[in-house]
Amino acid sequence: MLEVKNVYKTFNAGTINEKLALAGVDLKLEDGDFCTVIGGNGAGKSTMLNAVAGVWPVDMGRILIDGQDITRLPEHKRAGLIGRVFQDPMMGTAATMGIDENLALAARRGAKRTLRTGTTRKEREEYRALLADLGLGLEDRMTSKVGLLSGGQRQAVTLLMATLKKPRVLLLDEHTAALDPKTAAKVLELSDTIVRENGLTTLMITHNMKDAIKYGNRLIMMHEGRIIYDVRGEEKKALHVSDLLARFEQSGAGANDRMFLS
Amino acid sequence: MNLNIVNLFNAVPGSVAQGLIWAVMAIGVYLTFRILDVADLTVDGTLGLGGAVCVMCVMNGMNIWAAMALAFVAGLAAGLVTGLFHTFMGIPVILSGILTQLSLYSINLKILGKANQAVNVDKFDLLVSLRYVKRLPVWRNTILIAAVIVAALIAVLYWFFGTELGCSIRATGSNQNMARAQGINTAFTTVLGLMLSNGLVAFSGAMLSQYQGFADISMGRGAIVIGLAAVIIGEALLGRFGTNFAFKLFTVAVGSVAYYLVYQFCIWLRIDTDLLKMLSALVVAVFLAVPYWKGKYFTKPAVAKGGKRDA
Repeated sequence: MLEVKNVYKTFNAGTINEKLALAGVDLKLEDGDFCTVIGGNGAGKSTMLNAVAGVWPVDMGRILIDGQDITRLPEHKRAGLIGRVFQDPMMGTAATMGIDENLALAARRGAKRTLRTGTTRKEREEYRALLADLGLGLEDRMTSKVGLLSGGQRQAVTLLMATLKKPRVLLLDEHTAALDPKTAAKVLELSDTIVRENGLTTLMITHNMKDAIKYGNRLIMMHEGRIIYDVRGEEKKALHVSDLLARFEQSGAGANDRMFLS
Repeated sequence: MNLNIVNLFNAVPGSVAQGLIWAVMAIGVYLTFRILDVADLTVDGTLGLGGAVCVMCVMNGMNIWAAMALAFVAGLAAGLVTGLFHTFMGIPVILSGILTQLSLYSINLKILGKANQAVNVDKFDLLVSLRYVKRLPVWRNTILIAAVIVAALIAVLYWFFGTELGCSIRATGSNQNMARAQGINTAFTTVLGLMLSNGLVAFSGAMLSQYQGFADISMGRGAIVIGLAAVIIGEALLGRFGTNFAFKLFTVAVGSVAYYLVYQFCIWLRIDTDLLKMLSALVVAVFLAVPYWKGKYFTKPAVAKGGKRDA
């Protein structure tokens, strides 16, 4: 269960570039909620995910996972509870290390790093099976440097890393935006399968409104650092892109170009 | 000009010994420059620190191995200071290194008590010396001892960077964002990497001061450039033959020996030795520029545009 309570964040406070990015965000995700997040550029979607991940401290408010207050925990200390996939395929993996080594790093998320072997033979066998499930042929390239993989392959590996140790909360930050349409669809399907199979509590940002409606059991819309629309269950399933566009208009946001493309 | 080829050959063993001693230092530089992906300028001061600590300990009757171990610990401390400047105080790593390096100038002077201190190989039981390069039982030979130390070092580092802790240092150097997202305390791993690197550099300084029979305040000047030169020359000579980590460390050692062979050759050619540091710097500058130039001026446009789809 993820709780975000009245969280505020201002960037560059006191300068000409001052920007109120989160203006009192309140959100409660139940266990197993798969929630898609939409909103215009600068609405605070990524900022909200980064606040949960602890990239920087928030100005005000509290963040709890399973009732545990993590507001003051540094990023690496809360990483044990959180799995993340970023928009930039380069960001989620260590390019100069092997696929197996990357997975092994993820398998030890939240555990103490000791002088034991970094990648054991036994776990390599497990990774081979998991990679085979992806259907990308990566199981035969286990020791290849991740830097040699394509963007789509890297995102698939990152997704596997984020969910290897079942996280309490999974954060997907427009993780298919940098991929070509065919690959994006594939990675999205894969994400959906993994989330549903493991019943993961998930927040997924997307710019594609069809995807936002199609996937998950809940949808929130953000505007100017607030959540302005929260819909779930049957009501969400019945939504159409036109409904969402109307909501945008109502909020005074005006749907930007990228949304019309969806 | 009268160039005697015999003199050149006579100088080879000394160059090899010196190259192997500097290899320990160059491997330390490799850890920060290539693995942690930072340029740590502390090492210019740390090399002298290792030399100073070792010489003063030996002069005061300490066992040579204990003295070298203490030099290593002193290097760890120097790395810790730079690491804390960087991670705890938020100072850019290059500046952190320069600050520690400058402090070490004072510290080294205080340790030595004056600008240089000689340690006589006849009076003290030293491990390596330029007097032990030729005409000695094999097991006392400096080249062999230095080679064994380098080999042991490569073996230990190969093991360490395969452990969970070692992997977390590599991940930090490769991608800090990813490292933090996977629960790695990047401040800790950065400090640890800097400590390890400077420990090795100080150990190398301890060997070097024995080898040359003295430690002086300026022995580390430009050490970072020699270390980088060794890394780069090694990669240029052997880089294409393997990507195994132990092999990469081996290429650094080869690069260091190659550097001293070329250095000796320049001396034999009677090139003004005052110019050698400048020449080293220029060689490093050019080699560092090559990958940049390659990317900028020699990139071929993609032939099959959009022909290949991501899978």
